[in-house]
Amino acid sequence: MRQEAPLRAGEELPPLEIPVTRTLIVAGALASRDYQDVHHDPELARQKGSPDIFMNILTTNGLVGRYVTDHFGPTAVLRRVAIRLGAPNHPGDTMVLTGTVEQVDGDTATVRVAGSNALGHHVTGTVTVTVPPAAPSGGAG
Amino acid sequence: MGEDELGARLKAYEGRAATVAGVGKDPVNLPMIRHWCEAMGDTNPAYTGPDAVAPPTMLQAWIMGGLSGHGGHSQAYDELSALLDEAGCTSIVATDCEQEYLRPLRPGDEITFDSVIESVSDRKTTKLGTGYFVTTRTNVRVGPDLVGTHRFRVLKYAPAPRPRKPPPRPRPVVNRDNAGFWAGVAEHRLLIQRCTGCGTLRFPWLPGCNHCGCPDWDTVEASGEGTVFSYVVMHHPPFPAFDPPYAVALVELTEGVRMISNVVGLPCDKVRTGLPVRLEFRSYDDELTLPVFRALEEAV
Repeated sequence: MRQEAPLRAGEELPPLEIPVTRTLIVAGALASRDYQDVHHDPELARQKGSPDIFMNILTTNGLVGRYVTDHFGPTAVLRRVAIRLGAPNHPGDTMVLTGTVEQVDGDTATVRVAGSNALGHHVTGTVTVTVPPAAPSGGAG
Repeated sequence: MGEDELGARLKAYEGRAATVAGVGKDPVNLPMIRHWCEAMGDTNPAYTGPDAVAPPTMLQAWIMGGLSGHGGHSQAYDELSALLDEAGCTSIVATDCEQEYLRPLRPGDEITFDSVIESVSDRKTTKLGTGYFVTTRTNVRVGPDLVGTHRFRVLKYAPAPRPRKPPPRPRPVVNRDNAGFWAGVAEHRLLIQRCTGCGTLRFPWLPGCNHCGCPDWDTVEASGEGTVFSYVVMHHPPFPAFDPPYAVALVELTEGVRMISNVVGLPCDKVRTGLPVRLEFRSYDDELTLPVFRALEEAV
């Protein structure tokens, strides 16, 4: 987690590597109650033009949210997450999430997030997060 | 059908309700939150313990139909889906998700939702196939309070046919009686068996001499010159590894033996008996090289 410091535009979040395993894709699909066959059945995924199963958007959304709150800590509150998917996350790939604080308004930051894999950009988006100022750590003075 | 008559019909659904008075299948609850956090690898303490809230990005999970599907879709949405299905756009993939979280969801919150068909795109061709982007906007409520909004864009598309890689040609069966022949092919030499008893050449390879019965043999390397003794043109049935029509020829080598092979370098309907041909070795894949015969006459 990030050291307590004022929010600053231009701050870069450390990258987070997500190994895209078959298990993650299936676990994410089921945890989000998404039973579309393309997220668990390779043969049916192929019939629909995809080389293998691929991660569903809800899992990507969850991972993007986690990436931002992991960085800003448990007091951070997500206000808005807007993502667009590009290249799919297939099993065996690795997605690397990166982020940059684009704008700061008081205790609220807009973070531009991207997740790339071997095929290119899996996800691009922006996350708006409120980060309450740290509680004073000692007595007054 | 006009330029995109279907597109025009689909556009008519913009602004119509997609879901009316939808109800979340489960109230916000800790087990689903825990499963989500385990899947996402999210260890944020805000999502556990007595004051747990749900991860905000779970918003859509609470309104998913799951295996048993949605009950609350409007007639307009069902019609839109049916139109797309009938047009072959039977597959679906999500492309965009925009969510706003107005207040945290807590275990026990009972979710209701309404959604509207915000827009339908023109017909688009993508890597996956051709179809239409459909955008819906959902208001998520707990009681009377709006707790989140969810804009979701999907591509409903007709899957592009995948170019199928043809299966490899069948492998030759190599056994102890013909292993010498295939060893020769590997060196780009066409070897004919010769009986060491009576000197008779034989092809294909056999364990003994048809003429005198002698089991002993040596080999002669074919010069590669020959003529088409007979042939057929294969049209049907097609075999997956082959591309009909093609000529299968019985080639008489100048040494006097005959072998079955393909004639290449000439349209199959130009192959004739007596056609002079010359041996060459053609590689079909990393592991398979075969002797074939190239026509020495130009196609007439």
